[in-house]
Order: sequence, then structure tokens, then C-alpha cells
Amino acid sequence: MEDLYRDHLLDHYENPRHHGRIEGADISHEENNPLCGDKIRIDVKLGEDGALIADIGFTGDGCIISQAAASMLLEEVAGKTLADVQKLDTQDVLDMIGVTLTTNRVKCAALGLKVLKAGVYRYMIEHADPPCAA
Amino acid sequence: MDVLDVGAIRRDFPILNERVQGKPVVFLDSAASSQKPAQVTQAMDQVYRRTYANVHRGVYTFSEQSTDLYDQARVKIARFIGAPAPENIVFVRNATEALNLVAYSYGRSALKPGDEVLITELEHHANFVPWMVLAKERDLALKFIPITPGGLLDLDRLDELITPRTRLVSFAQVSNVLGTITDPRPIIERAHAAGAKVVVDGCQAAPHMPVDVQALDCDFYALSGHKMLGPTGIGALYGKRELLEAMPPFLTGGDMISYVGFDRVAWNDVPLKFEAGTPAFVEAIGLGAAVDYLSALGMPAVRAHEREIVAYALERMSEVPGATIVGPTDPDVRGGAVTFTLAGIHPHDLGTLLDREGIAIRAGHHCAQPLHIRLGINATARASFYIYSELREVDALVEGIYKAKRTLRR
Repeated sequence: MEDLYRDHLLDHYENPRHHGRIEGADISHEENNPLCGDKIRIDVKLGEDGALIADIGFTGDGCIISQAAASMLLEEVAGKTLADVQKLDTQDVLDMIGVTLTTNRVKCAALGLKVLKAGVYRYMIEHADPPCAA
Repeated sequence: MDVLDVGAIRRDFPILNERVQGKPVVFLDSAASSQKPAQVTQAMDQVYRRTYANVHRGVYTFSEQSTDLYDQARVKIARFIGAPAPENIVFVRNATEALNLVAYSYGRSALKPGDEVLITELEHHANFVPWMVLAKERDLALKFIPITPGGLLDLDRLDELITPRTRLVSFAQVSNVLGTITDPRPIIERAHAAGAKVVVDGCQAAPHMPVDVQALDCDFYALSGHKMLGPTGIGALYGKRELLEAMPPFLTGGDMISYVGFDRVAWNDVPLKFEAGTPAFVEAIGLGAAVDYLSALGMPAVRAHEREIVAYALERMSEVPGATIVGPTDPDVRGGAVTFTLAGIHPHDLGTLLDREGIAIRAGHHCAQPLHIRLGINATARASFYIYSELREVDALVEGIYKAKRTLRR
């Protein structure tokens, strides 16, 4: 079992990176995992160009897998662009964790990415250039 | 009263010899779904091998045999819960469908705007959401019997909660989370005095204790077969005859009609009026075999066995530092489930770590989110027991918890 709850996972759970809320965030989104009620909220502050992730933070409540995966995810995307976030999928998160999860636990690991992508998607829709008048 | 011969019982459950993660399985999730004895799987296997054909229509031997077995299953289930006649038993997929049938068919025909429906804070989503949806649609008031800090229904509030406008009361006889056993009789008496009908969700009760729907005098009673040794996909709704007769059909189609012309249709008699389409009759026959198995053990003995296991589990868990029991700690009012939280360890992580030891428990909100909101906790861990559970499995659980605490440095 040490393979699953190994040190780097426990370390991210006990000392989460990018933890906390961000004042004046451009994107704020929260969702829960209907399987267990785990919650994650992610705030994103964008750079001047509206594309670069200048600051990012998460808060939440849940199991080691969901919270540690969110911490690793935010470490990965800080300083990248919204377009980079859109390219990420569940497998990328599983690669970050580096341990094998059973089917039901994959949902825990993917919760942070689900929240982040949903928030980014909503931001993109709301800030899309108006279609050209034909 | 007979005492269960658990060693003999376990020999009827081949799955209990399986190994999980290289270790003998310790299955502590029977409240979600029970394991099946060979008698049940063999009864179904025999139908498929020897007499299978669609019920009710055929005039040939296989169809007659299947129909007879299906009818016998209905008789067995009626007897098992003390129903006056097999016609009081409607076969459904599970208790969820039984409760939806009442909400759709009875609720939509008998309840009017302004009527009140009373449920409780501890309900499973299956006895919560259908009433919520119905209340929105019909402009009903949905009210809740609260729970006490000890996890019991606060029946002192009944006088104010049951009003002349209360038309329907629905509650779980045993909570799937807290394990709370509620005596339905005082609630049913008060509801009937106000002229309300009563639905009892017996999903966690019928598998574990004697049930007599006539003695309870409830109007409807819902159960799931898969929680009481039966297969998945089959459950039953008991209803009083006059109510079932008056209710419109839930689903329509084949088998539930007596006549169909181009401009009119007449419904079949109760209970077939509620069983549109080819029913899960092989599963019903399997449930009949499950009921035979439980009846042979004797339901008072089943309840006594689970009470013993739960009392032992509550005692062992009280020694574990950081463990908090959720719900009643008196085994007399607690069904076969022990629900708990563990300081510093999320139930999901505990579940995964216990799985590494071959121990199966449930973690999460157990389809009772409103209750968890009321309790102020996100998720709980639940170990639940049945006729094949042994005291040594409780010991394995407690040992597994200590190991998990060491692994996670808690």
C-alpha cells in the first residue's frame, strides 16, 4: 500500500502548494465529487494578456487523493496559459500522481482538473470575442 | 430462539472463499448489497436450464412452468412480510422504483397543491428526491422529522409536524447511514389519525428483522431484493389492496392491460396493472429462493445475530483513538451497520487502505447527502454486517484501521 500513499502524495496533502483563496480572481469555480462529497474550489488570477495564469490557488475538503492531486495540478499549471490547461486530461493528472488508482478513485484524482477546466471553459465563453457581424 | 450456525451459512456463499489482494475477503458492505447463497443462484440457473420461457402469454409447458414459479415467488414474498395476499405485492426493480411508483402513481393522483408530505432528515436519496420532485411539481409542502443529537428520529415533534394538511408520511424503518431502527407504529398511528397515508422504506429492515406489514398497518412498504440475498433488478412494493386498485398505472404497455382497442384501454387487475412489459421473473424466482433461505434461518435469529455483531463492533470501535461512531450506540436501536469517522483520515483513504487488507467497507455519503449536511460532515465510513458476518471480521476491521493510521502517520 505504500506504493499508493507514498511520501510525495502525503507531502502534497499535508503541505499543499498554491493553497488558499485569491483576492480579485478572474476565475473562481467550485465543484464536488458526487461519489463522496469531496469539494474543491480554484481561483485564478490572469496576467495582463488575459491568457497567462499569473496566480492560482485552491481550497477544499476531501481525501488525500483529491487534495494532493489538486496541489500537484496547480504546481504544474502555474505560469502556463489557459490554452495549456485546456489540453490537459485525466491521464495527465494520473501521470503527475504517478500511482495506479482503482476506477472509482480516478474520480477523486480528476476532481481538481474538472474544476479548473470548467472554470476556464466558463471564462472563455464569457470573454469570447463577439462573432463578426455578417 | 435458534442461533445462526454461521459456519454452515458461510459454506453456502462461495464468494466468501475468494481472496482479495491476496488476503481472505472480509466483506463488510452488505447494507449496500448482500452476497448471494448458492441456493439463490442455483434456483435461477435451474429456470434458465430447464423451464425458461416468457411468463403469462404462452400456452405451452415452459411458459406455464415459468409463470407458476413467478406466481409462487409472489406468494413467498407476501408471506415473508405478512401481506394478506400475493395481490398486494407489486414486483419492481428495487426499493427506489417502489418509492417512485408511489410518488408517481399515488402522489400525482391523490395529492393537491397545499398538501403536506412529511419525510425525515435521515432518508436515503431514494426516499427524498421523489418527494422533492413531486412537491415542486404539485406545489406541496415537504416537511422533515428532525433527528436528535443521538441519531434517533425526534418523535416528540410529531404533534406539530403532522397537521390536518398532512396527506402522506414516508420514512425509513432502518437508516442506511445511522443504522437507527425506528418503531414505525407510533408514526403510522399519528399519521392515520390525521388521515394521511404512510409509506415505509423497508430497504434496510426487511433483510434484517421480522416484518409484518399488517401488524404495522402501513399503506405501502418498499424493499430491494439484492439487499436480502436476492439478485439485482428485483424488489417489491406492498400496497393495501384498495389503494392499489384506485391508483393509475405507473408504466404502461404489455401485460398491464386487460383490453386494448383503437380508442380505449382497460387496465389489468392488481398487481399486474403495475407490471408493464416482461417482468424480471427469473430474478423474482431468485428472490423467492432468498426469502426461503431467510425464513429457514428465522428472522428473529437473523436480527439477534446482527445485534451481537453490532454490539461487539461498537465496543471494539470505542477503543480506537480518533474514531467517532455516527448514530445510536445502543445496539437495541441500531441495525447491522456501524458508521464512523476517523480523525485526520478521510473515509475514502481508509476504504482504499482497508481494501489492501481484503476488507470491503463503504465510504462516502451513502446516498444521504441531506443527512450529512445535518450532521455537518462530508463523508463517513460504514461497516455493515449480515448473516454470514463473524466477530473475527470485526477484529480484522479494527486491526486494519490501526494499520491505516500507521501508514498515514495519524
